Amino acid sequence: MGANDTGFIGQSVKRKEDARFLTGAGQYTDDVTMANQTHAYFLRSPHAHAKLRKIDTSKAKKAPGVVAVYTGADLEGVNGLPCGWLITSVDGTPMKEPPHHVLAKGKVRYVGDQVALVIAETREQAKDAAELIDVDYEVLPAVVNSADALKPGAPQIHDEAPGNKCYTWAIGDRAAVDAAFAKAAHVTKIDIVNNRLIPNAIEPRAAVASYNRAEDAYTLYVTSQNPHVERLLMTAFVLGLPEHKVRVIAPDVGGGFGSKIYLYAEETAMVWASKRVNRPIKWACERSESFLTDAHGRDHITHAELALDKDGKFLALRVHTIAAMGAYLSTFASCIPTILYATLLAGQYTTPVIYCEVTAAFTNTAPVDAYRGAGRPEATYVVERIVHQAAAETGIAQDELRRRNFIRTFPYQTPVALLYDTGGYDATLDEAMKIADVKGFAARKAEAAKRGRLRGLGYAAYIEACGIAPSNVAGALGARAGLFEAGEVRVHPTGSVTVFTGSHSHGQGHETTFAQVVATVLGIPVENVDVVHGDTGRVLFGMGTYGSRSLSVGGTAIMKALDKIVAKGKKIAAHLLEAAEGDIEFKDGKFTVAGTDRSKTFGEIALTAYVPHNYPLDKLEPGLNETAFYDPTNFTFPAGTHICEVEIDPDTGVVQVVNFTACDDFGNIINPMIVEGQVHGGLTQGIGQALLENCVYDKESGQLLTGSYMDYAMPRADDLPSFKVGTKVTPCTHNPLGSKGCGEAGAIGAPAALMNAVLDAMSVAGVKHFDMPASPHRVWQALRSAKAA
Amino acid sequence: MSVSLSMTVNGKATKADVEPRMLLVDYLRVSLGLTGTHVGCDTAQCGACTIHLNGRAVKACNILAVQAQGATILTIEGLAAADGTMHPMQQAFKDCHGLQCGFCTPGMVMNAVDLVARHPGADEKTIREQLEGNFCRCTGYHNIVKAVQQGAAAMAK
Repeated sequence: MGANDTGFIGQSVKRKEDARFLTGAGQYTDDVTMANQTHAYFLRSPHAHAKLRKIDTSKAKKAPGVVAVYTGADLEGVNGLPCGWLITSVDGTPMKEPPHHVLAKGKVRYVGDQVALVIAETREQAKDAAELIDVDYEVLPAVVNSADALKPGAPQIHDEAPGNKCYTWAIGDRAAVDAAFAKAAHVTKIDIVNNRLIPNAIEPRAAVASYNRAEDAYTLYVTSQNPHVERLLMTAFVLGLPEHKVRVIAPDVGGGFGSKIYLYAEETAMVWASKRVNRPIKWACERSESFLTDAHGRDHITHAELALDKDGKFLALRVHTIAAMGAYLSTFASCIPTILYATLLAGQYTTPVIYCEVTAAFTNTAPVDAYRGAGRPEATYVVERIVHQAAAETGIAQDELRRRNFIRTFPYQTPVALLYDTGGYDATLDEAMKIADVKGFAARKAEAAKRGRLRGLGYAAYIEACGIAPSNVAGALGARAGLFEAGEVRVHPTGSVTVFTGSHSHGQGHETTFAQVVATVLGIPVENVDVVHGDTGRVLFGMGTYGSRSLSVGGTAIMKALDKIVAKGKKIAAHLLEAAEGDIEFKDGKFTVAGTDRSKTFGEIALTAYVPHNYPLDKLEPGLNETAFYDPTNFTFPAGTHICEVEIDPDTGVVQVVNFTACDDFGNIINPMIVEGQVHGGLTQGIGQALLENCVYDKESGQLLTGSYMDYAMPRADDLPSFKVGTKVTPCTHNPLGSKGCGEAGAIGAPAALMNAVLDAMSVAGVKHFDMPASPHRVWQALRSAKAA
Repeated sequence: MSVSLSMTVNGKATKADVEPRMLLVDYLRVSLGLTGTHVGCDTAQCGACTIHLNGRAVKACNILAVQAQGATILTIEGLAAADGTMHPMQQAFKDCHGLQCGFCTPGMVMNAVDLVARHPGADEKTIREQLEGNFCRCTGYHNIVKAVQQGAAAMAK
């Protein structure tokens, strides 16, 4: 594949990483084996809430093959796991941050809470020995629903959080919203639940921790989306180790979707223990443990009200949400239902005033944190469900009501803190309607009705804020970390290039996309560029991958390093060509004296930099290796319209997704093939939430009822249609690639589009309210209840 | 107690003494170091561990190693030609972007090869039904279905 005017930008270059994945040569954490390694197994609480009266490990310690057994009491000097974002309540008090012990102390607070670490010669021996640990539990009443947890008399989970309340936070002008509602011509109200999800990356979490006594240094292989952040949190906050003594490697990682952002107890305990046993320790999470202990997503209960004038213009939006935190605060739990949720409630609309209040509650469940979309799917679900209902109530067509309220002037300051730099919402709506053949829907609906089927069409015009930034603004909002990215471009003497990026790829294809960017700028083949990520020992620094930030933030850091490479290359070329530096142009891999045919190739410049015989050594250092950090000036704002068409069999309640269309604006696109793949995957997780997936805990016992793939309905190939996707482009205005991010969009728009389609289909039967998931039993019940009423 | 076990894996004779409770997938991954076969669940639902046992796609997490006594096993590592040329199904997955994180991919490809052998002219509906036992959380299956179609066409040549 050759470069054209725009190089490799916009080309569907086949992925560089595929060869190893397709031949079984990928290196995932569980594939790492170290000499003399031991195996870890974690004994977990079978109770949702209990006092730990006594733990007797004596029998386990004597079991065959056992190397060590540790409980919370052994971890002296080890701090609890930190939360990375401080949210301040409306009354000015900081959120409640109860200790999150690496191994439980005093109490266990959810089924799966880690009680003891057993290390043995084999995994089976560790597991067998764990059964010999005698734990005396005093079982306490549990509460798993966030609204129940906030009720008076609910079981008290942490002494530090009275009433199980973590915080009550608000954004917006409450008085102005009340005033707008007072003069509204129409008010639409909804009560909705955003169902709890379990991320289920197909690679379960895993870790291999080792300690080198000669160097007094640790190495941790771990399934992480952000190894530098993992290292910072683990060393500085929990273990009190110097950062440079811990190398964290996140090798090939089999999907993350948010669940591998966080610092978990398991790898932290293993790093601590690796020095005590002075041998490598390996742990691979079983799927049953993943269900119990990976951070879950969503779990909101929301009441929302939308005020409209007589022409359907939105006057105000009022939202109250209860968000579940689970038993402990996971790494970024607190900012998801606040900073990444309420700030998105303007959607694509000019709603002038918005007020949102969020109460976060502790529950006896697994912690809840970011899952693909993280706050933004929840916001889109509120906005697009209420807009759908408002259209149904006022009789204004779904597309027309949205159009009457679209933002069309940019930059646009929303009433909930964000400044949208650019967008084109009519274009994505128009294109989505065209692709979805909305014009033909009435005929399809009539045809379906003849077969006794209910057909419905649903829209979701979503917006998201990606590439979270800038650090100083995030810091003012409570972030306890920076949100920049780092990159390094190392040009080798023969002109090939290795790029080191702080972004982490666990399916996103960075090794290809980033190589396309670098190859384009330097005018060299994609094959000459390799991308290295996921190793604190090789990559200078990084904040990792989440919030669809890799290209817009990580890619920009690389662009800045490339700028420095080109600038230095011009200096070297000016010397070799005996010209003024200002006269050197760099294009298509050649440094040329402007207006002449005198030039040097990129390869010649690279070689000169490392063999500096004819070189301005008095003015310029040898070598061609540059680093850059990039801290974004604003979020990026991908947006688009998703349209879902469903057909329901009222006799069985089965919902079939017959068509799903997504038209997105991700700004400039480097590799359309990879972007489409990201959309397909996101859509499937969104459709999964709306159609199939639901995390259920037993209300009395706090047991996870959906703790395996036989109980938790994952989307399978035959649950889904082929997708129709389109794109429109308004380039991001504040990064050099003009890119906005594409990883989460599908999961953000799809649930609302699908549920609006289901509600549209069921409207003929009189169903007005319905919560996810639209599983056959629930749909059938809703149709029957409406009929009875 | 251990059991003497022998089988042919990717064309090579293998032999080991194993615990009776050892799963076939652990024999492949741990004893033989063939880590291309992955473990994604513990209920035989996800299909990441799919291999060929005597020519049929089987979930290697759902069978004891000793049950494969004397069997002929093909794993993802043995699918490409000896010179490294990818099997048409592997190539189709690459061409169609039928993989992202790569974790489900070996099992998906091994199932796809068997699927095409059993249903040479499969339509989209059949392919989707036949992929039911393999989870992918990244691709939404859209491009996997395309890859299986392209792989099937290439295998027919």
